[in-house]
Amino acid sequence: MAVRPRLRGAALLGTLPFFAYVTIFLIIPTLVVVFGAFAGDDGGVTLDNVKALKDSYILDAFGRSILLSVISALVGAILGALLAYAIATAKPGGILRRTVTAAAGVLAQFGGVTLAFAFLATIGISGFVTVWLQDHLHWNIYSNGVWLFELPGLTLVYTYFQIPLMVIVFLPALDGIRPQWREATESLGGTTFQYWVKVAGPLLAPAFLGSALLLFANAFSAYATAAALVSQGNPIVPLQIRSALTSEVVLGQANLGKAMALGMVIIVSIVMGLYTLLERRTAKWLA
Amino acid sequence: MAGVIARRARRQSVFRWIVLVVLGIFFLLPLAAMVEFSTRDSSTWPLLVHWSQLTEKYPDLTDGILQSLGQAALTAVLMLVLLVPTAIWVRLRLPKVRRLIEFLCLLPLTIPAIVLVVGLAPVYAWVNYFLGGSSLTLVFAYAVLVLPYSYRAIDAGLSAIDVKTLAEAARSLGSGYAKVMWSVVLPNIRSAVLSAAFLTVALVLGEFTIASLLNRTNLQVVLVLVGKNSATVSVAVSFVALLLAFVLLMLLSLFEKRSVKGSKGAS
Repeated sequence: MAVRPRLRGAALLGTLPFFAYVTIFLIIPTLVVVFGAFAGDDGGVTLDNVKALKDSYILDAFGRSILLSVISALVGAILGALLAYAIATAKPGGILRRTVTAAAGVLAQFGGVTLAFAFLATIGISGFVTVWLQDHLHWNIYSNGVWLFELPGLTLVYTYFQIPLMVIVFLPALDGIRPQWREATESLGGTTFQYWVKVAGPLLAPAFLGSALLLFANAFSAYATAAALVSQGNPIVPLQIRSALTSEVVLGQANLGKAMALGMVIIVSIVMGLYTLLERRTAKWLA
Repeated sequence: MAGVIARRARRQSVFRWIVLVVLGIFFLLPLAAMVEFSTRDSSTWPLLVHWSQLTEKYPDLTDGILQSLGQAALTAVLMLVLLVPTAIWVRLRLPKVRRLIEFLCLLPLTIPAIVLVVGLAPVYAWVNYFLGGSSLTLVFAYAVLVLPYSYRAIDAGLSAIDVKTLAEAARSLGSGYAKVMWSVVLPNIRSAVLSAAFLTVALVLGEFTIASLLNRTNLQVVLVLVGKNSATVSVAVSFVALLLAFVLLMLLSLFEKRSVKGSKGAS
């Protein structure tokens, strides 16, 4: 190739369609959010939108979004890790392992509107489980109010796609643990407890934390499930952004949605940055 | 030692079955509930298989289904046209640009769809101006949305073969770059291209955020719309959509297995 020198410019021309497309439909929208957050209604530069994020209803929405993401990520990470461990110790290449990993691959993608309807059919007011518990055990799960359309309900629904995602991202780390390490611990007189606390625990901790961070970002970014379930109020940030986009614009707050969107991007970027760092650390040990 | 190992294997097996049964119930219960819920009204399922009756009763629903299918097919085509030649070209001629392309392709992972839609609104004002408000125009946004997943699939496919040697061999025999891409590289990354297309279709069929907030329609948007009046129909259609996604992603895992086998055989 070096024999026939050619202008790099000519070669760059081949990537032009890709870069043009990505500029219009990815870079420009990103810049719209970043600069729009600092633009006033008249087009001038202002900090009003960002200052408005301190309003209590927006701070509350961020607080609830973070709470929802933390709880669903922790529950998803712990249960997902248990499930991953259960199939990591099963026969490699066996039918059990293949079925669970394939199902996890599908269910991790199973979000959005269809998931909302699945849970409406299960624990909605006239859902399968709700009715069954009422008829057979005389237990009304909604005696203290219908929690499905609020934060507790969202948390439960979110774990449905968080657990499978954890299985997918955590299983490779568990597979990297070699049985020889356990044998070495035992031959040196270590107990099972010592093995988990001193050997496997520290090795798996970065992978576990990293996966949990990925789950957090996953829940924090989710919109469709919540939009389909919650019809009253806007408890979490994505739903606040929806109302900023669709409702009548309050004077002086035309760009408030962009400021909230920027807040989301910043949080997701920090979390994903930490995830990348932990990922690198995991790769060092469990290649 | 053997006794210890046997005891541990037994303990692990008990633990495994407890975890599997408990989580199995958690994951299967909503699916079972969907079947139970949608069969309460015996007319729901017969209605779904009669396309013309369905169109008469729920015109929005059939329109949404058609729109979603069109969006999925067009997005897959657009994504492949955009990504495959660029990925091959960069490997052949511009290795230094590869990191930049990778960064751009993975960028949507850190930008939630709800954020992207905020920035896309002004861009779509122009799309409306030039192309009208058809729901099919969503494919431009969807191609960006699926970029990370399809890039990974195609990049993995290209990494498994020696693109440079293949291209040099073909070029020394007198073929141009277009022929190198179309009839030399492309047939070798067939399964990667198929995985990327399947992932795209699965993701587009499940998309709600952008369609709903840009005031366009697709399957997920009409599911919410119909669900406000008849939850039974929405649950039934959701169940079908889920089964379809299941089949698509199962086929996908089949391709992936085959491509892994193929790359192992080549090395």
